[in-house]
Amino acid sequence: MTDRRPAWKRRHFEERFFKTLMRVSFLAVAGSLGAILLTVIVKGLPALSLAMLTQTPKGGYYLGKEGGILNAILGSLLLAGCATVLALLIGLPMALYLEIYAPRSRWAGSVRLALDVMWGIPSIVYGAFGFTLMLLVGLRASLLGGILALTLLELPIMTRAMDEVIKMIPKDLEESAFALGTTRYEVAVKVIVRQALPGIITGALLAFGRGIGDAAAVLFTAGYTDRLPTSLFRPVASLPLAVFFQLGTPYPEVRQRAYAAALILTIIVLGVSLGSRLLAARLSRNVVK
Amino acid sequence: MDPQISVRDLNVFYGKHQALRDINVEIPQKQITVILGPSGCGKTTLLKSLNRLLDVTEGVRVTGQVLIDGENIYAPAVDVTEVRKKAGLLAQRPYPLPMSIYDNVAFGPRIHGTVRGRDLDVAVRHYLELAGLWDEVKDRLHAPATRLSIGQQQRLCLARGLAVEPEVILGDEPTSALDPVSAQHIERRLLDLRGQYTIVLVTHILRQAKRLADHMLFMYMGDLIESGPAREMFANPREDRTRAYLSGEF
Repeated sequence: MTDRRPAWKRRHFEERFFKTLMRVSFLAVAGSLGAILLTVIVKGLPALSLAMLTQTPKGGYYLGKEGGILNAILGSLLLAGCATVLALLIGLPMALYLEIYAPRSRWAGSVRLALDVMWGIPSIVYGAFGFTLMLLVGLRASLLGGILALTLLELPIMTRAMDEVIKMIPKDLEESAFALGTTRYEVAVKVIVRQALPGIITGALLAFGRGIGDAAAVLFTAGYTDRLPTSLFRPVASLPLAVFFQLGTPYPEVRQRAYAAALILTIIVLGVSLGSRLLAARLSRNVVK
Repeated sequence: MDPQISVRDLNVFYGKHQALRDINVEIPQKQITVILGPSGCGKTTLLKSLNRLLDVTEGVRVTGQVLIDGENIYAPAVDVTEVRKKAGLLAQRPYPLPMSIYDNVAFGPRIHGTVRGRDLDVAVRHYLELAGLWDEVKDRLHAPATRLSIGQQQRLCLARGLAVEPEVILGDEPTSALDPVSAQHIERRLLDLRGQYTIVLVTHILRQAKRLADHMLFMYMGDLIESGPAREMFANPREDRTRAYLSGEF
């Protein structure tokens, strides 16, 4: 009995050590999130007013001390919303193709590799690439340009997320559907998409979150303006750039408005991710486990 | 014997591994044929070759012929979905589709366009009754199928398969994941359906084979050892390996 005691002690120590390590990691993450939220709320809340949400900037080009940032709110929602829809239209068929028509093929492998590389490309590169491309076709900084740059940024995130979800679907479920005399297309659209729906929504909103928060990709491609977005071919404002420009000024009132803009952006992203979780939970009632 | 399915010189390869060797057998119409044998003997492979479900698996090569109603289902011009419509499968574990109970049963008629509109309600009820599930689900037809117990799910899968209006029902150990009572439910249903459908069942449970089989195939290591009427085979197996298996030696 006595000679087994050191082993027991060592294992007990291991248990406690890793438990502590996990707690510390958790606190580091939760603490960071809390600190971010606290900073944004404390600094932004005093400047947040109804006018911020409902008016365009007044009194000063780009850096108005009065009025609101409705131009940036609408601009960001349009940019990220349209980019997410576009990326979904391209990404969902691609993910379905990878899993149902070409699983484990060499081609699918290289598409996945390409998407992973795209995922890793910094967003400023998408911005610069989009800008070069726009110069080539004679398009200036505009809503359309911003949407296209954000689509490129969101596409790999969304497609790989959906790809992983579809990969988790049991092969036997597909087989049961095939046994009923369905074609691959019917299996993809009527069975796989339904089964993967919660994951597809999560993937789309993950991409939306990345898109709406990105400043670098829209810096050159969408530009900035104090006006409300009215045309695909005119520059459009966005929240991340509103934060960036306002924070860079020497005026304290304007800097405070930057925090208010950051708070609005955070609330939008938070709302979207909570909403998507609720929606995914509702839709997963039908999902076969 | 009036054969519905004839298997001729069937060979199946998974990559380099040969799973079935020169299978020649006739499966009689509107009876229960049980494929018996130890695990890994190729029972399931033979079963899934009967509705070309093997095609779904990658790296599978099939040679030879399977004739259903005299037509070779491996002929190049054959539409795979038609083959599978004719021969449905009840899998080892039930996999309801990610939709409601009603939509599961209506799935086949909808995609094949066989039943439409109001008739669909009648059809769904009919097949749920045939599978012995109607009384348990009639008040919650639009609830997700995943809410059902696993035994109910297997009967739902039976109803879903029947709704496609097949001639042949293939069962791949359809009771192996179920509790004894649910298993008995399924067995009773299969006995009721005999006479209307040609049923081919894979099992490794001797007693189940005894209870259900009209006709029997015994397989071992990818070979068909013998086949014939179940009663004769249980009483007088011709081959030593069949005798050994039936007496529980392996």
